[in-house]
Amino acid sequence: MHILQHTGEYFLLLGKVLRMPDRQRMFWRQYSRELGKQGLESLPIVLIISIFIGAILTIQAKTNTENPLLPTYTVGLLTRDTLLLEFSSTILCLILAGKVGSNIASEIGTMRITEQIDAMEIMGVNSANYLILPKIMAFMSMMPFLFIISTAAGLIGGWGVGAFTDVITVHDYLIGVQYAFNPYFIWYSIIKALVFAFIITSLSSYYGYTVRGGALDVGRASTKAVVNSNILILFMDLILSKLLL
Amino acid sequence: MIEVKDIVKSFDGTVVLDHVSTTLEDGKVNMIIGQSGSGKTVMMKSLIGLHKLDSGQILYDGRDIGRMSENEIRMLHREVGMLFQGSALFDSMSVLENVLFPLEMFDREMTPEQKEERAKFCLERVNIPERAYSLMPSEISGGMQKRVAIARAIALNPKYLFCDEPNSGLDPKTSLVIDKLIHDITREFGICTIVNSHDMNSILEIGDKVIFLRLGKLEWQGNRKEIYGSTNEALNDFVFASELFKKIKEAQ
Repeated sequence: MHILQHTGEYFLLLGKVLRMPDRQRMFWRQYSRELGKQGLESLPIVLIISIFIGAILTIQAKTNTENPLLPTYTVGLLTRDTLLLEFSSTILCLILAGKVGSNIASEIGTMRITEQIDAMEIMGVNSANYLILPKIMAFMSMMPFLFIISTAAGLIGGWGVGAFTDVITVHDYLIGVQYAFNPYFIWYSIIKALVFAFIITSLSSYYGYTVRGGALDVGRASTKAVVNSNILILFMDLILSKLLL
Repeated sequence: MIEVKDIVKSFDGTVVLDHVSTTLEDGKVNMIIGQSGSGKTVMMKSLIGLHKLDSGQILYDGRDIGRMSENEIRMLHREVGMLFQGSALFDSMSVLENVLFPLEMFDREMTPEQKEERAKFCLERVNIPERAYSLMPSEISGGMQKRVAIARAIALNPKYLFCDEPNSGLDPKTSLVIDKLIHDITREFGICTIVNSHDMNSILEIGDKVIFLRLGKLEWQGNRKEIYGSTNEALNDFVFASELFKKIKEAQ
């Protein structure tokens, strides 16, 4: 019953959000701010995590393929496909749900409890549209770039293992990375990342927007936003993988 | 002018506003007073259209808010300015941007320069020094935040100004400044101002019309001078509760 109520309220809120903005100029201004806040500020963590995971994947793949019957390029291939199919879309979004999702929920939640949202409503502003739509649009716009940057950084991390250790040669790694490449995997992952970006921003906004109470409630809303975004991302990952692969 | 006609509002069977009727006039400070739980906040929220009434009518210059669609209420809200208890300034915007916000959102006739001029005029009107224009709300005092909130509320020349506990958290001297501002602005622009207050100083200083609610019912209404001569026991108990105010009444 509780879930049904939340689902209903979430879709009602989306109904208010997904409308033409009252003022285009104000929308684009907010949108460009959010591009920086949600997208560019996420870049350092995306780069750091992706480089390390790419390197770790390469070492683990090598450990698990110590079989003379397996070709030497297997390590590069495994690293590439793991990054492309799952890490740079799903796992990255799980991580970003923690950063971006909690940020959105606490920002909107604080605006709610300090009556800033009420002030907008009394002015006649569609506060849901003004506050939430630019966040959703900006993060969805940035997500394909973050995915591509993450994949590239992960592959560079794997290359680093080849270049600076004796786990694998750079030559074998690069052959593996290029072997049997299926460009559809990129589109598959971008579609997933876009869906996940929508889930993170809209769900976190919902939890922030519907906060009642004080600072503790904002903290709770922030936690709920991250946990439920993660669950929904994994659920949608399952469905999209079945549908698209 | 806002006409309140026999309004009733209840929550889960508990009647919070019980057949309240009054008129809130233009160019006057209309104060809603009463003890905690008397229905002041519910009345204010009902006036703004945030609560649907069980029965009765609220007419904004003849327009019944109960019959308005969500969109029509939003349009009506563009004629309304509101001063919140905690100021509710947007903390991601500077002082000037806060006052510019309603202008940029809704005024389609002014040029950007004219909007800035208007915002600065409003800030000057509430005595905000120019050096504070670029500061963020967290960098200015509570009294100044209230004044910026008043400037934002009057930026679009509202017909109706709602003030929820405008003096809460302010020292007596700053409270007087805010009271004077609300009074002067109401007169100057002919606004219908509605103030929800506990502050006896404010009530006796600027209350052109005082509406006293008790247990959800309209117990008494009149102007601030009539309060002194009132024989209503509940009103006297509420307004002249302290020794100081009792002495003021005796002196009157």
